[in-house]
Amino acid sequence: MAENQIVKKEDIVVRFAGDSGDGMQLSGTLFSDASALTGNDIATFPDYPAEIRAPHNTIAGVSGYQVHVGNHIYSSGDKCDILVAMNPASLKSNLKWAKRGATVIVDIDTFTEEAMGKAGYTADPFTDEMERAYTIIKAPITSFTEKIGEAQGVDKKTTDKSRNMFALGIIFYATHKTLDHTFAYLERKFAKKPAVIALNKAVLTEGYEYADKLEVIHSHIFEVAHAEMPKGRYRNITGNVATAWGLLAAAEKSGRRLFLGSYPITPATDVMVELAKHKSLGARVFQAEDEIAGICSAIGASYAGALACTSTSGPGLSLKSEALGLAVMTELPLVVVDVQRGGPSTGLPTKTEQSDLVQALYGRNGEAPLIVVAASSSANCFYWAFEAAKLALEHMTPVILLTDGYLGNGSQLFRIPSMKDMPEIKPRLATPGDPDYRPFRRDAETMARLWALPGMEGLRHRVGGLEKCPDGPLSTDPENHALMVHNRQEKVDRVANYIPEQKVEGDPDAELLVVGWGGTAGALTLAVEEMNNEGTPVAYTHFNYISPLPKNTGELLRRYKKIVVCELNSGQFAGWLRSHFPECPMTQYNKIMGLPFEVGELKAEFRRLLGK
Amino acid sequence: MMEKHFVPKADVEYTKADFTSDQMVKWCPGCGDHAILAALLATFPKLHIKKENICMVSGIGCSSRIPYYVDTYGFHSIHGRACAVATGVKLANPALSVWVNMGDGDSMAIGGNHLIHAVRRNQDLNITIFNNEIYGLTKGQYSPTTKFGQITKTSPYGTIDYPFNPGELVMGAQGTFFARTLDCVPTLSTDCMTRAAQHDGCSVVEVLQNCVIFNDKAHAAITDRAVRDDRTIVLEHGKPMLFGKEKNKGLRFNGRQLEVVTLGENGITIDDIMVHDETTEDTGIHMMLAHMGGDLPVALGVIRNVKKVSYTQLYEEQMEEQMEQGKYHNMDELLNSGDTWEV
Repeated sequence: MAENQIVKKEDIVVRFAGDSGDGMQLSGTLFSDASALTGNDIATFPDYPAEIRAPHNTIAGVSGYQVHVGNHIYSSGDKCDILVAMNPASLKSNLKWAKRGATVIVDIDTFTEEAMGKAGYTADPFTDEMERAYTIIKAPITSFTEKIGEAQGVDKKTTDKSRNMFALGIIFYATHKTLDHTFAYLERKFAKKPAVIALNKAVLTEGYEYADKLEVIHSHIFEVAHAEMPKGRYRNITGNVATAWGLLAAAEKSGRRLFLGSYPITPATDVMVELAKHKSLGARVFQAEDEIAGICSAIGASYAGALACTSTSGPGLSLKSEALGLAVMTELPLVVVDVQRGGPSTGLPTKTEQSDLVQALYGRNGEAPLIVVAASSSANCFYWAFEAAKLALEHMTPVILLTDGYLGNGSQLFRIPSMKDMPEIKPRLATPGDPDYRPFRRDAETMARLWALPGMEGLRHRVGGLEKCPDGPLSTDPENHALMVHNRQEKVDRVANYIPEQKVEGDPDAELLVVGWGGTAGALTLAVEEMNNEGTPVAYTHFNYISPLPKNTGELLRRYKKIVVCELNSGQFAGWLRSHFPECPMTQYNKIMGLPFEVGELKAEFRRLLGK
Repeated sequence: MMEKHFVPKADVEYTKADFTSDQMVKWCPGCGDHAILAALLATFPKLHIKKENICMVSGIGCSSRIPYYVDTYGFHSIHGRACAVATGVKLANPALSVWVNMGDGDSMAIGGNHLIHAVRRNQDLNITIFNNEIYGLTKGQYSPTTKFGQITKTSPYGTIDYPFNPGELVMGAQGTFFARTLDCVPTLSTDCMTRAAQHDGCSVVEVLQNCVIFNDKAHAAITDRAVRDDRTIVLEHGKPMLFGKEKNKGLRFNGRQLEVVTLGENGITIDDIMVHDETTEDTGIHMMLAHMGGDLPVALGVIRNVKKVSYTQLYEEQMEEQMEQGKYHNMDELLNSGDTWEV
């Protein structure tokens, strides 16, 4: 091995890009897992097309996976230090995500005239200018891999599928990591196919050794700082799995059966896929015939006593609107998970956005208030799903949990909690035989009604979408309607008495307050932290409780002369805040490109607002 | 697979009055719904199920007010979605006897999707369709079962919609139980509903119901006393398909289709008459029977009653199996599964 020049870095970003089916998601996952197991903090973000296998070698078919590793990782990173491009289309569409000076690894065998044409290259992409701007490694990945396949007598199709291992081998060398973890994975995954294990191990090793022989790479070996993290047991988790587990945890803690009625929709499907695995934990999953049946079955299950949930994304939430009103009217606990994507209509199914907020707040006929909360990292989807369920069960109301495609598909390190440390959940069950039970009598403090379940003796009652009086029967009395509308709102408003106050991070005495909510916390936290470290004070507050807002929100906002509300839509949360606190002047920073915020753009905006 | 009963039988003796709620019944005088309610109230005491374990679920429309008039648990849901709500009730608590009540518009227009999927799954639900061939609560628009050409508020020049026959939808979805009855024959209705409740799986009972205000006499051509015996046939399992005032008319399969024959004419004897088999799995003959009308008598009674393991049973067995054999049995185990490491 030649003398290596190791560059120590706080963090690096690696982006894997290839044709859908080139195994980029897997390469990315294996790299992030290996990094996590060797002490790095991580965050990942898959960037994949809506098509399953778009035409080979086209831009439409490019699938990407970005991994950010290092110490204190808040987001999947802006631009990458290393880019893997498995074909010309991947290079064409992903080079814009590479930092100037980045290492770009391409499979040079794929740069045929035809493939370059399909990618839209009219001339050789490797111009002098490009060679100056990046460190380009033109690795003959396909031919090396095929040679190994031939030597081992493996068919071409299987061999081609292992090309990603060659690239991964180069990455492991370039980031000063070993192959052990990936070897272990291959042995586990293909336990019954020894030929596949042998092939993949050989290709991975070949990639690693190929890198060792490359002069150019020796000055570009990155060693990433170990993460300083609180003591504990850790795992890697995606937001959608964390959401599913949070619901399971809430069911266990509350003693209620978990029911999920859902319909497949990108990017929310994995919540259902995950829960469907866990019948042994009592998860009752029902794949309904449509979105409406998904939520309606959940409402039925809630009436019958389950911790009932439905998971969806924007268009599905639209379809659930009427039934959400029914859940509000019947005052039944229900958790609706909306993994937001680019809208309106079918919009950008695989891209992220925060544009369902107004729909979540208002998207129902009549005055139909409910609780809205938002998760702010892939890992904390676990806690926010748990909290959504707790609020639903204890306040007898539907709760919408907003996550998004970025959180849902992205992954992060998750410090494993112990169930004994999770908060209690006390469902408001009625007592069988209680002669004083009336369906809409309320608790004086929370205004929540009691939950009487079919099967309980002596509590037979009817619920439904028609207005009722507190004792239960139907009523069209004008005074009663006014009272019930008021009570349903009051019940949701009073949830503010049971949630923590809003906190300020960064420099609380700064002139500028940055406001964010939901899935943008990673980039916002890092931008604010960097600015404060660089001597420009910025205050920052991030909202997870959206409706109702924490009680001190107005007081907090009024402390700042300059407020900028940052969100991935045209200003929906800013509008929500303005409707509550019209006295607070707010500016907005909005991005509606189906992409998460980048730290760089946020800092530039904050500096502009501060005149710096 | 052994059939399992998830709704516990109880040593209870109820009367009709035990199921009558304290709510005022607000249907129009003369509405067929009154008779359907009476039939249902007469059915429940026959089932020996505790009142607390019965849950009525309805959609929207005149018929869907029924949960308020029955003293059990009840859910008056939203238009078209009763099957979906009921599916959730049953999945969350299979010990409940779940009854779904819908009108023709509710079940076959806005809720058509949920109906066919509920039937396809064969979950243990008891579905009753009140078929008056009109939208009553919105005052007289044509429904998916309105007769072709009929003049209604929204079809002033006659409908150009071909109607659905609920029985054919059930057969098409490979349903396991279908019965048809008339609102004006409550004993037959109670009999159909009782048999529906005993069926393990999804049952559908269609009640031909009269809307006295917006579609009066919609079924008169078959229900009027003067013609009923000749225009309808009450099917009974294992018995020849005879009908008519004199019980001398019968149904024969002529190799291509069903036809009406008369005993004693052209050498026809009882041996020529088809014997009803409600249990045959093939939907072919049941489809033909459900389709009858026009020159053929409209089939009443239990047309199809087939044994097929219910969704409820399959679901519960899978749950039980995984509870025993599954990898994780509490959240701490799941949270610590797979690749984890200590910092």
